[in-house]
Amino acid sequence: MMYDVAIIGGGVVGGMLARTLSSYKLKICILEKENDVAMGASKANSAIVHAGFDAEPGTLKAKLNVKGSEMMERTAKELGVKYKRNGSLVVGFSDEDKKRIEELHDRGVKNGVRELSILDSEELHTLEPNISPDAICALNAPTGAIICPYELTIAAIGNAMDNGADLKVNFEVSEINKIGAEFEIISSNGDRINAEYVVNAAGINADDVAAMAGETDIKIHPRRGEYILLDKTSGGVVSHTIFRTPSTMGKGILVTPTVDGNLLLGPTAEDVEDKNDTSTTADGLSNVLTRCTETTNGINLRDTITSFCGLRAVGNTGDFIINSPQEHFINAAGIESPGLSASPAIAEYIIEMLNNQGLELVKNENYNPIRKPAHYFREASVAEKNRIIAEDRTYGRIICRCEGVSEGEIREAIRTNPPARDLDGVKRRTRAQMGRCQGGFCMPYITGILAEELGVPYESITKNGGSSKLMTGKTKEEQGI
Amino acid sequence: MTELVIIGGGPAGMSAAIAAYENGIRDILILERDERLGGILQQCIHNGFGLHRFGEELTGPEYAWRYEERVRELSIPFKLNTMVLDISEDKVITAANPTDGIFRIQAKAVILAMGCRERSRGALNISGTRPAGVYSAGTAQKLVNMKGFMPGKKVVILGSGDIGLIMARRMSLEGAEVKAVCELMPYSGGLARNIEQCLNDFNIPLLLSHTVVKIHGKKRVEGVTIAKVDDKGKPIEETRQFIECDTLLLSVGLIPENELTKSAGIDINKITNGASVTQSRETSIPGVFACGNVLHVHDLVDYVSEEAEIAGKNAALYINGELKNEVDIPIDTDGKVRYTVPQRITEKKDTKVFFRVANVYENAEIKVYSGDEVIFKTRKPKVAPGEMQCITLKEQQLENAEKLSIGLEVL
Repeated sequence: MMYDVAIIGGGVVGGMLARTLSSYKLKICILEKENDVAMGASKANSAIVHAGFDAEPGTLKAKLNVKGSEMMERTAKELGVKYKRNGSLVVGFSDEDKKRIEELHDRGVKNGVRELSILDSEELHTLEPNISPDAICALNAPTGAIICPYELTIAAIGNAMDNGADLKVNFEVSEINKIGAEFEIISSNGDRINAEYVVNAAGINADDVAAMAGETDIKIHPRRGEYILLDKTSGGVVSHTIFRTPSTMGKGILVTPTVDGNLLLGPTAEDVEDKNDTSTTADGLSNVLTRCTETTNGINLRDTITSFCGLRAVGNTGDFIINSPQEHFINAAGIESPGLSASPAIAEYIIEMLNNQGLELVKNENYNPIRKPAHYFREASVAEKNRIIAEDRTYGRIICRCEGVSEGEIREAIRTNPPARDLDGVKRRTRAQMGRCQGGFCMPYITGILAEELGVPYESITKNGGSSKLMTGKTKEEQGI
Repeated sequence: MTELVIIGGGPAGMSAAIAAYENGIRDILILERDERLGGILQQCIHNGFGLHRFGEELTGPEYAWRYEERVRELSIPFKLNTMVLDISEDKVITAANPTDGIFRIQAKAVILAMGCRERSRGALNISGTRPAGVYSAGTAQKLVNMKGFMPGKKVVILGSGDIGLIMARRMSLEGAEVKAVCELMPYSGGLARNIEQCLNDFNIPLLLSHTVVKIHGKKRVEGVTIAKVDDKGKPIEETRQFIECDTLLLSVGLIPENELTKSAGIDINKITNGASVTQSRETSIPGVFACGNVLHVHDLVDYVSEEAEIAGKNAALYINGELKNEVDIPIDTDGKVRYTVPQRITEKKDTKVFFRVANVYENAEIKVYSGDEVIFKTRKPKVAPGEMQCITLKEQQLENAEKLSIGLEVL
């Protein structure tokens, strides 16, 4: 198959790029090595749209963060993704912190961040009564926001697909050859596609993909970030995103509500070797807790729903690495924080580079930027819900009690671009299994619905593709023993 | 308006419905979320149910059928595949199902019988990877007994609650290798008979004061690291050992499902995680009753049925305007006795008080005080947290009572 543009990596950068490219008359393909999109850093991060005060002025990070952050509200609206401008606070505990906060303030102003101010202790505690009484000041950034990063990625890719883009999952790029004016991309399974332009948005593996195209200067190292997610009963502990004053290892451990009403704590920052090691550690989790309870009162650990770990793709330049080592090949590497915030702007930036290299941009008249909100049913009025149930009875059967998700919504998630193909895919699209019981009750039902929709045996359903099978076989009775 | 709405069609809900019917109520509706009545008993295909109530050992589905049959005989209405979404303070119930869509019912009285759920891995914060192959024991039980699929071949079980013990045996019978059952506490939370019949009979080691500290395997579980814990429950570094397995089952506690109860604004007892009730099993909202595992986690279903009968009978009295709340005598506990059900006495009559203890105690004396006066005492050779205890206070013992407290002394 011949494409105009192949995008390697179905994360938020690849997704935003595919979506914006799909507004032009182009044949686009997203190549994703996992069984689903948003499987790397895009599913496990702080879920924050940063205001943009953190990055060094003049860097790509600074420029694209502020621009991306300004674009995000509209993007989220079009894609039907929940977005909330809850504001960020960087809390300081010492004179040293205060100095650093003043620097951040000035830096933010230079970067073009609007509405920044510095709060004293009283103002801070009026705004957020649960902040530790030891806090003496805070940087207030009202343009900071929260969003669900995998929901955004799924929606962007779904919208790109609705507008004609192709998605190939389980396509792990193993070889890139330049043949004449084209690239030939071969997967580890031997599948191949051809494309005139290639964008490397491979996240943690972007250096390996760059090397396949002959660029060996990029080095990505994984930096582990562990998180703890608390139940909705804890979601109201703070309304702003609470940062500590940052260190060189990242923006520090934060406490934030999520758009879905949970409370998220984390991340740690630990450089590791293994690009696949998303395991959590006892030390990491206890560190998250200690640090969070230092800034914020009222965090009840008994409300823990789950813990998880993401790997930041840290590049070797300190900035985003967006370059073109050879004609028609563009790297989008080292997209660590604020990559999510910057993603809509990164997409535009790359498209401009592609255009400069000769990619013709002709408007796609049929382009529809609007995607039906993933949670339209959940948000609907009772009358509207009943109208939908009358048409399709499966919407009246609640499968996931904790999050109130119906069979109809689960089936729809398996039928909608990009289709859910495994249990985690259903979870990220519908929130089924994401509540306090973590799928204990609904998992056997969802497995059955997946098997039915995909037309495969029950025991072949996986948690997240590959060898993550949920069953190891049938019982003796089922085998006729 | 429906006179009595019962939320949950498991053993508690059915038993409550029958009791209400037998006490004269006809306008009853049971709302059940699953495809059939019986609740979790449907997946408990082992025997041992009903010894107290029927004097015989029934399987879970057989025990459930005794009640379902009666519900059908009496033509008590029920709706299946029906999830209750909300209960309001004034007893308006919002529910959804495929046939009726989302609908509301105004009830005169409500019985909460939603049962409980299992504590999940997340709540334990076990570190490591998040692969396929980590299930709560009840989920595994559903897969094996209801769906006919094996969730794994080499199994480690964390927690020695009854479902974990039952599943150790079940998985063994299905040809899986159960390598160990780890229990954080120095004693098991399960019934003694289950330890004998489910572990000892199958040579499955029970490792007390042990926990799982790490889960290994990227896509599917490849093993777990376990460790012995000190007396504060903290893992001891040098005792860490790796066990190869493809499955980790969790049987680490049950949590009454009280989200609806909380949203109705009903007072919740911090120890039981269930509603705080009077001896008629009435909650802090008049006319709303609770029974079974949604009220407190029971060890035997027989006691669930007994408790549900109390709730059903008193709901009938409430509907007929005959429920008496003459006094309000709270029952305090000393910590060794963790909680009681009921938590309050509102009528001076013979009253069974159920309770659980905080630890294993041998040669214990249970005393009930009214003020400083001991109004009741009894000796137990051994009590353990896994086994529910029961005493009966007589009407005359309650005669002068204003405030009760119950305590335990080791002799």
